[in-house]
Amino acid sequence: MTTILTPELSARWDEPDSFSLAGYKRAGGYRALPKALAMQPDQVIQTLKDSALRGRGGAGFPTGVKWGFIPQGDAKPHYLVVNADESEPGACKDIPTLLANPQALIEGMVIASYSIRADRAFIYVRGEVLHAARRLMNAVAEAREAGYLGDNILGSGFSLEIVVHSGAGAYICGEETALLDSLEGFRGQPRLKPPFPASEGLYACPTVVNNVESIASVPYILEYGAAQFARFGTERSKGFGLFSLSGHVTTPGQYEAPLGTTLRELFDLSGGMRAGHRLKFWTPGGSSTPLFTDQHLDVPLDFESVAAAGSMLGTRSLQIFDETTCVVRVVLRWIQFYEHESCGKCTPCREGSYWVVQLLQQLEEGQGSEADLDKLLDICDNITGRAFCALGDSIQAPVASSIKYFRDEYIEHQRQGGCPFDPAASTLFALESAR
Amino acid sequence: MALSEEVRARLAPQAAEIIGRYPRTRSALLPLLHLVQSEEGYVSQDGIAYCAEQLGLTEADVTGVVSFYTMYKRRPVGEYHVGVCTTSLCAVMGGDAILADLQQHLGVGIDEVTADGKVSVEHVECNAACDYAPVVMVNWEFFDNMTPQSARDLVDGLRSGADVAPTRGAPRLCTWKQAGKILAGFNDGQAAGGHTAGAATLAGLRIAKEQGWRPGEPEVAEK
Repeated sequence: MTTILTPELSARWDEPDSFSLAGYKRAGGYRALPKALAMQPDQVIQTLKDSALRGRGGAGFPTGVKWGFIPQGDAKPHYLVVNADESEPGACKDIPTLLANPQALIEGMVIASYSIRADRAFIYVRGEVLHAARRLMNAVAEAREAGYLGDNILGSGFSLEIVVHSGAGAYICGEETALLDSLEGFRGQPRLKPPFPASEGLYACPTVVNNVESIASVPYILEYGAAQFARFGTERSKGFGLFSLSGHVTTPGQYEAPLGTTLRELFDLSGGMRAGHRLKFWTPGGSSTPLFTDQHLDVPLDFESVAAAGSMLGTRSLQIFDETTCVVRVVLRWIQFYEHESCGKCTPCREGSYWVVQLLQQLEEGQGSEADLDKLLDICDNITGRAFCALGDSIQAPVASSIKYFRDEYIEHQRQGGCPFDPAASTLFALESAR
Repeated sequence: MALSEEVRARLAPQAAEIIGRYPRTRSALLPLLHLVQSEEGYVSQDGIAYCAEQLGLTEADVTGVVSFYTMYKRRPVGEYHVGVCTTSLCAVMGGDAILADLQQHLGVGIDEVTADGKVSVEHVECNAACDYAPVVMVNWEFFDNMTPQSARDLVDGLRSGADVAPTRGAPRLCTWKQAGKILAGFNDGQAAGGHTAGAATLAGLRIAKEQGWRPGEPEVAEK
């Protein structure tokens, strides 16, 4: 059998003290840091470039290239900010990482900060997961105690302080410039780009903003070399990452695998759909990525292949829905999410999300018409590309893709004067009572 | 009415520590708001005034920030604040049914508190635990794979003062006010405790171990 799963970040999540410094070191943790500190900072950046690691927060921008954008010799403070504000519907990989393996993130942060010459770093963690904040603060304290943080780390002359900063419940703060505004103590609203954070980020100083998984992948790359990491994955999507399976499947959960793995392969391993049901639609990368259907089981889940098939890899958040699920209900709820989370700064997103919800609600209740579908697509066209940030653009993804694949289902609502689905049939407890 | 002298004296060193974490003082606003919420259970006008005073901001400026973030409450909530995820996947998997059932069971609406002050309920957006859907949060700790019955049992336990442990999180729940203190950046010594890697978290690892797969192994690099 071909190897499919490659647990590295998740390799020791089953050990009860995996989150502690002792547990992390016992498993070989903090071996990459001395190696990195013995290199020139630019060599570290080059190693990341050679690994071809692409940002694991959804956009897929090459991490080493991002680090290389930080100007040097500019006499300004530099900052590293870790985006731990995981809140994309479907995304659930960073929270388990923070709970089970926070030291990998801390070690990666020291290495990253050293390479970009930052002496202050922040972890912006979503506020709604209390234990993640506890584990992060504990990890920082333990690392500091052991001399991996603070002044003159391991005698290298390099110093770093890390602050754990809890958010307060705003999805938009996962957008990097909104996150920076929030970290500066303002409403979390996105900034106009350019200037990009690399030139004017936190406090208008050069700043790298990276996702948890991106930074937590850094120690492996430094320890085993860029080439070892780049052996996994596909031509332009190197390495491995966490795939998060959720919904109507037999075995939901985290599956660390090379980029380019297919849903069919993950299904073969994990038992596939819940018994007696079939795949109807799924998201390859969270609610902001266009839906896939059972036609897409063999699409390699890498950035290029998913894009070629009409969607986006995003955060590898595979939300799986079976034939008991009403697609109109699901899409409506996602757009209600965007309406709720729209920061209100720009008109297309603020007003557009409102009107899309109105139309979808009518359609779900059987009060819509086929003309509403065209109106929906028209509104979405007028949001996409005109919104201030990617949140607005996300509205089109589920709406347009669901109309493309399930137009008849929208019309069936109108024909029946209401939703033709029984919501009880799609619940977890329906599944349990059927057993 | 401003916060009492006693409260201000107690908060002073904590506020100073928070402000000291940041290169620029305004960055301390979110943790300061968590701090005043941990004191009063919600962000009162006095709490806003306190934060404004600490950072040299106007109350209007602080209010503008408070109103942006859903975790800051402008009215008291229960000692145990229950959030039911009703974003699409959790809603479909049972979150809608759980929320409707809980409201009926407790006789409260969204953001209302039971008469004993113990429990309040709201719907929350996706909480990054989709592999454990449907998910319920209490004071921002995970209760996984819930059903209407298990959610009812949960709130009954909270109201009767039983020891309640989250599915994944600290060994036992802290109160809403204590949670605010942690969010303000003051750990409570519970980091090492609790069960955090549930079956879903370990699903892939378990299979990989059965197969003997590790990325460090040379033969793994075939793919």
